[in-house]
Amino acid sequence: MALSNVVETPASGFNFENVSRNVALEGLLEGGHTKAPKPMKTGTTIAGVVCKDGVVLGADTRATSGEVVADKMCAKIHYISPNMYCCGAGTAADTEKTTDLLSSNLTIFSMNSGRNPRVVMAVNILQDMLFRYRGQIGASLILGGVDCTGNHLYTVGPYGSIDNVPYLAMGSGDLAALGILEDRFKPNMELEEAKQLVRDAIHSGIMSDLGSGNNIDICVITKQGVDYIRPYQESEYKDKRQRRYKYRPGTTSILTEKIVPLELEVVQETVQRMDTA
Amino acid sequence: MEKRFMDSQIKGVSTGTTILAVTFNGGVIIGSDSRASIGGYYVSSKTINKLIQVHDRIFCCIAGSLADAQAVTKAAKFQISFHSIQMESPPLVKAAASVLKELCYNNKEELQAGFITAGWDRKKGPQVYTVALGGMLLSQPFTIGGSGSTYIYGYADAKYKPDMSKEECLQFATNALALAMGRDNVSGGVAHLVVITEEGVEHIVIPGDKLPKFHDE
Repeated sequence: MALSNVVETPASGFNFENVSRNVALEGLLEGGHTKAPKPMKTGTTIAGVVCKDGVVLGADTRATSGEVVADKMCAKIHYISPNMYCCGAGTAADTEKTTDLLSSNLTIFSMNSGRNPRVVMAVNILQDMLFRYRGQIGASLILGGVDCTGNHLYTVGPYGSIDNVPYLAMGSGDLAALGILEDRFKPNMELEEAKQLVRDAIHSGIMSDLGSGNNIDICVITKQGVDYIRPYQESEYKDKRQRRYKYRPGTTSILTEKIVPLELEVVQETVQRMDTA
Repeated sequence: MEKRFMDSQIKGVSTGTTILAVTFNGGVIIGSDSRASIGGYYVSSKTINKLIQVHDRIFCCIAGSLADAQAVTKAAKFQISFHSIQMESPPLVKAAASVLKELCYNNKEELQAGFITAGWDRKKGPQVYTVALGGMLLSQPFTIGGSGSTYIYGYADAKYKPDMSKEECLQFATNALALAMGRDNVSGGVAHLVVITEEGVEHIVIPGDKLPKFHDE
């Protein structure tokens, strides 16, 4: 039905095959005395704001795995299309793959139809996918973009609910960020004011939430193009390495050395000219 | 996944809500609040749209799990539109309500969503149908639904009169919504009202502070 979808949508109505599959899998794992692996989460603060000239998205850059910071410079603002970006909170792999899938589908669609994709289409695809998986895909997404119908900001929840709002925050630090946004958001803000507001909202999330931290990324989407500023602001708590952790060549002594030459002969050689006119 | 999503009884965002639909002389008014909550203590949206237009003169309002309700209304919108193209005429309100009922009944184990369908068609004029959680379909002159409806059964039963005028009906619906939003913690925000008649569809939004007050000081 859509001009093309790499992932085949089921015929009609709802398809709950995966629910029974998941239950069976869990039964198998528990029965065999092995635990299902716990997913890595991005305890996160992400926020978005619609302003007069476009949409401003922001995110922190910390990815946690339990109590350890697994990645200090993780990219949470994912590319969807030249005019759309998506921030993701929740399970790191889920947000990464879902946005990748969406991006591929939209690229194929715009090639087939000759039209630029609209934000509302991306949101519908996300909603269909997440609803079909009954909340098993732990991705809370903020999708923002500019298209021929205007500047849009949407939230998509893990169960597949969507909402269209002028300002948003998601992730474990969302309540802190939302406080800043509720206080200072005004409709039709100037771009610089909007960037400052998003920066302050993420900063508030970083300060008040353990799962968020390190640097702040900002992505500004306007009709003219995208400005992905990474990092927009570096953490005030950057640590300085105490010593050099590089080893001189020769630190580990070589005991024996054996060289085996690979015998290769050229069987066939063809030259194909490319027309690079 | 976030603790907030895991703790709630209804999976994900729920529209703990107040919805209603009332017929009057010549049309029907369908109304709702605009609050979406998670776990009964976090308002995830103050401005959610619960009045979904499924065809030119047919609206439905949603209650229960927001994700389930949005998915069902999407499927229903497509099916009703297709049905209308095949029949080469606008669909009956009963047909639209039936489509929702089929979806709810056939998937009752997995879904947690209820609907009120209201609209106008040439055959029977203004009508209101309830589709409950398990897929029951019922036709009534007026109906209320959602968690906030429990607080206004008395008011609705006492104050409803058949064949009201449009203004009387608007007042009735506004008062009912205001009373429910005043007592139910998971209903709130603004009041959305849609007036559906043969001539067309009129959308009225009443912000929270402009709603009628009942001993609120």
